[in-house]
Amino acid sequence: MTWLAAALMVIGGVFLLISSIGLLRLPDFYTRAHAVGKSETLGSMLVLGGLALNQGADLTSVKILLILVVIFITNPTATHALTRSAYRSGVAIWKNSQAADK
Amino acid sequence: MSAGPTGRRKNSMDTFLLYFALFVALLFGASLYRISAGPTVFDRTIGAGLIGTNAVLLLVLIGALYRRLDMFVDLALTYALLNFIGVVALAKYFERSREDSR
Repeated sequence: MTWLAAALMVIGGVFLLISSIGLLRLPDFYTRAHAVGKSETLGSMLVLGGLALNQGADLTSVKILLILVVIFITNPTATHALTRSAYRSGVAIWKNSQAADK
Repeated sequence: MSAGPTGRRKNSMDTFLLYFALFVALLFGASLYRISAGPTVFDRTIGAGLIGTNAVLLLVLIGALYRRLDMFVDLALTYALLNFIGVVALAKYFERSREDSR
């Protein structure tokens, strides 16, 4: 059980690292939002699931799973709202991208 | 091994949690660079949102390290909801029409 929890947390940590590297290295706002919105959500869910597995079955573990559900719903929603706001404000896309609009 | 933060005997899971919390704390650096150097205000906001999500994970990890997870879990849940509300409010506040931007 402990090894399974540690394995889940390590996989989640890899996703968190990928998310932060994407926020640093990607070229424009929309690709950065793509990195943060998906990879960070999956990484956080894996880390919290590992912590709940490490805790065992009690009320605290249920609360950790509640945080997991809250992050699963709110993190993509916040990223989507921010990206929609940026698109309507006319934030420029990357100069090498092949999008047809704008 | 030496005593843990609460004076109890430290096991290997505590060591793993300590280094994992250190790793999550080091990920703040990428977000801080993006907040400092982001070209638009939306880049800065998404960096702040990433710091908020990582801070939720860090709160739960610190709670598991100090054996006070029942208290820290409530703080983390509150912080996750406040982070979501803050990012959505900033997205709404900074949205402007395409004509008067740039």
